[in-house]
Amino acid sequence: MSASEPLLRVEDLRVEFPGEDGVVYAVDGITYEVHSGRTLGIVGESGSGKTVSSLTTLGLTRRQGARISGRILFEGEDLVALPEDRLRAIRGNDIAMVFQDPLSSLHPLYRVGAQIVQAVRAHRDVSKAQARERAIELLGLVGIPDPARRIDEYPHEFSGGMRQRAMIAMALVNEPKLLIADEPTTALDVTVQAQILALMERLQRELGMAIVIITHDLGVVAEMADEIAVMYAGRIVETASTARLFSAPEHPYTWGLLKSIPRLDAPREEDLVPIPGTPPSLINRPPGCHFHPRCPYAQPDHARIDPRLEPVSDEPGHHVACLLEADVRRRLWAHLRAGGTPEQALAAVGLPGAPV
Amino acid sequence: MSTAAPLVRVRDLVKHFPITRGIIIQRRIGAVQAVDGVSLEIQRGETLGIVGETGCGKSTTARLIMRLLEASAGEITFDGRDITRLRGPALKAVRREMQMVFQDPQSSLNPRKTIGSIIGEPFAIHGLLREKGERKREVQRLMETVGLNPEHYNRYPHEFSGGQRQRIGVARALALSPKLLIADEPVSALDVSIQAQVLNLLRDLQRRLGLTLVFIAHDLSVVRHMCDRIAVMYLGKVVEIGPNEPLYAFPRHPYTGALLAAVPVADPSLHGSERRLLGGDVPSPANPPSACRFHTRCPKAQPLCSTQEPALEDKGSGTLVACHYPLSREEVAQMGVRSAR
Repeated sequence: MSASEPLLRVEDLRVEFPGEDGVVYAVDGITYEVHSGRTLGIVGESGSGKTVSSLTTLGLTRRQGARISGRILFEGEDLVALPEDRLRAIRGNDIAMVFQDPLSSLHPLYRVGAQIVQAVRAHRDVSKAQARERAIELLGLVGIPDPARRIDEYPHEFSGGMRQRAMIAMALVNEPKLLIADEPTTALDVTVQAQILALMERLQRELGMAIVIITHDLGVVAEMADEIAVMYAGRIVETASTARLFSAPEHPYTWGLLKSIPRLDAPREEDLVPIPGTPPSLINRPPGCHFHPRCPYAQPDHARIDPRLEPVSDEPGHHVACLLEADVRRRLWAHLRAGGTPEQALAAVGLPGAPV
Repeated sequence: MSTAAPLVRVRDLVKHFPITRGIIIQRRIGAVQAVDGVSLEIQRGETLGIVGETGCGKSTTARLIMRLLEASAGEITFDGRDITRLRGPALKAVRREMQMVFQDPQSSLNPRKTIGSIIGEPFAIHGLLREKGERKREVQRLMETVGLNPEHYNRYPHEFSGGQRQRIGVARALALSPKLLIADEPVSALDVSIQAQVLNLLRDLQRRLGLTLVFIAHDLSVVRHMCDRIAVMYLGKVVEIGPNEPLYAFPRHPYTGALLAAVPVADPSLHGSERRLLGGDVPSPANPPSACRFHTRCPKAQPLCSTQEPALEDKGSGTLVACHYPLSREEVAQMGVRSAR
């Protein structure tokens, strides 16, 4: 972590949606920071709160009747408390967002260029011709061939990869200090995904912006992120540098994610170890540690005690919310890493198995 | 290759979807060449993976084999019989032998039916197990086979999670004890932690029941984990096909190499190592490039590639490759293929 002030600091952010069936605790007290020129990866499954937390950063959950508390400090200014018109001046200007599905984020009836021109003119007092110049320049920058001609095409005339590039061009048009990319490549094929990720990295190097990339794909964060936060049921359960998270993860949910994906660089015979059960409802969350019903290592009192995100002793910046003893966690991971099953790891460490 | 007769043999399979203009008088102005001359064999008891990007024709190929689409040309042999032109009762009889698991368990299950009647529907369609108690027993046995609680017989699809719904789809597909099971992107709509549950189930069932499985996916890590043999498709053609080990360790077609190099690997220590990325997008299948269809994006393309179509041939490394200038080991290493050995 650098000594300088973070560009974005989210402090104890809570976002709740009151609904007919009860309150949805979408984001439940998360804290993280991002520095200029760095990339934070937020990993989690659907319903873990990763998207809601970033939409809230942009003030996009306000209209949905969300109850928001905590602070979102962007260059020292609290975005949660900011009036809508001030926030609008920041959104799309200093902070930009790229969404998962470019087809539903581009207006189908307007030419791609017109939409980018509008994004420029919303924040800059420039003529249409100047804005159009800028749009062509950006489309070229993101690798759209023949941008001067393609700027006048409609979104349906673009391929999926080109639409996502156009979305990135639109996001970058005002040179944001922070880019939030929510599953930016999930809808794309692997070769196009590789192009888009390489593009984002190159632009980050050239423009020095900070990136928050939200994804369920551990491969994507391994390639892109400097730091990673793992979210589960609205909370951050583990956060660490990317190298550390993959070499010495501490949370059983992180272990589960790492062991449940087949890897191209691992022996093929290795069996996958799925995480049992399904992610919990955010209305009726399990008591105690929210992960305990799916955790093979859960102990009886884990259903009562709510773990806090605490620092891991020997590594600055590594935090974990787990009730297991630190040395027990380390021994468990050593067995899992060597290819052991959760049952074998439990037996080797001498822990009683979880009553699943 | 095994000497026993394959379960499925596909020869020169072609599917062109006409593109028409005009509302009342529809003139044919072209065709989307979704599948264009695919030949492959599926051996009994193996898992064949079909990979490729959007629009490469992998799902169309599967639907042609299932006879859910009518082939424009070519021949499909199933269990020794030519089924390409079968109709009526004869087709219905063959369909019992092959079943499909779809990508989206949300839209492939009727929300108004209990899962008992969903899984039992194949019996109803084919007039089997007419006695109610008997059918229920069989459905509950299937539910147990795929890891569902048989007591949930009378529940509705919305009461199940995504992973469980996919199990329902698998149970339904297994109801008639098919010889061939085709799974079209069976896990891509599921959460990461759930995917492994369904993959393990399919692998386990395949081994236990001796199923022949066709596994269609765009995720190359998943395909490597699941499949014995893999066919790589690009714009309606098979560009490389072969057993798992040589194909991943030493891909010969530049497209196979580019696909493998593009897969992000969950290991930050590999990050920063040089990778060769493929430029551009897949061309339109309505107007595919001449000869080798990959030549417009291929880093190794030569003039020959745009004039003469390469045949699918053995290039001495265990796979069949349709390429005039297949990759060397050095080139595979330079591309940054993480499964290379």
